[in-house]
Amino acid sequence: MLGPIDYSMWSADFLVEICCVACLLKKRAFTRHFTLVLYLCASIAVGVGRYSIIATSGLASGAYYYFYFYSDALLTICLYFVLMDLYAHVFSEMGATQLVRGGAMLLLAGTVWISYHMVATSSDRLVTRFVIELSQNLYFVGVVLTYLLWGAMLKLRENRTHLMQLVLSMGVYFSAFAGSYALWNMYQNTFVWRYIPHLMALWLPLSWAYTFMKVPEDARIATARMLVPNR
Amino acid sequence: MIAILIFGISVLTLLQFFVSYCHSLIAESRGCELSEQGREISGITSHSVRGDQFRRLLQLIALCPEPGGDNRQVRAVSLYFGLLGLVRMLFGWIEPTVARWIESERGGCAYVAAVMLDRRIANNRDLMAQQMGMEL
Repeated sequence: MLGPIDYSMWSADFLVEICCVACLLKKRAFTRHFTLVLYLCASIAVGVGRYSIIATSGLASGAYYYFYFYSDALLTICLYFVLMDLYAHVFSEMGATQLVRGGAMLLLAGTVWISYHMVATSSDRLVTRFVIELSQNLYFVGVVLTYLLWGAMLKLRENRTHLMQLVLSMGVYFSAFAGSYALWNMYQNTFVWRYIPHLMALWLPLSWAYTFMKVPEDARIATARMLVPNR
Repeated sequence: MIAILIFGISVLTLLQFFVSYCHSLIAESRGCELSEQGREISGITSHSVRGDQFRRLLQLIALCPEPGGDNRQVRAVSLYFGLLGLVRMLFGWIEPTVARWIESERGGCAYVAAVMLDRRIANNRDLMAQQMGMEL
């Protein structure tokens, strides 16, 4: 059963995501950052779905277990689209958008294949195991892709504050989730796993809302300041 | 084994992304120059601001009425400052270069606080001038 902490975290996630969508719409960023809105809407829908499954089948049910991990993999794929969009923004002047998209799709397919292969060769061969493995690998590939994008931004001396904050917040999110999935694999029976994903899920909509509401669209920061800000 | 490896790499990248994210918040404020009046009121004499002045600047910020909306930024920088304090306590004694880096970061946080205080003082002066103009 859900307790008061679960309910408050659930509603905080839900409210923050709705507020973030409202911020994006208010700033007319719907078409420019369509993938961000897509991810947030998918996350809201998944939140509603998870809640209705808990209400009907319970938190410890198999249905919730399946739905949780499959919806998580779906959300991670949506985040891949966000990342592709950010890559496209960074490399827009080089005209390499199509190449980046093609490469990202190949990487996604490769991750799915590797995850399937890892499970197929293991002894238990469970379908649920596949989706857990897939989520962990997708988050980790997300970390690597974000890191590469950040490196490219530093190299290209990208100075759009908006873009920088979006990429860095994605990096924090992917790293936190990849780390927690890995830790979950090592210590599964700890009660904190019930609350940690909710807390981490707040990060992306909060940081995106801050960026769109507080940072002007034309704000610029020299990339050198990211590395040695106090000189 | 793979889980341990992923965990280790993720923690390192998380730290790097989080620090860079905080830098991006701080860098915005570092572009602003402190006014002479702001320096005088906050007691800053040199060009740079020391990390140990942060708490005092926060107290002064709390005394100034808020012009609107910068409270969240104050909290974000305070959180980063607190994290730096924790890192200094845990690792600062191991390597002097780490302690130096932490001190420069804390100085950056203090500079952001000084800029916010400066903005609030300027805002309050404007409000007072408007009020006096209305009374006349």
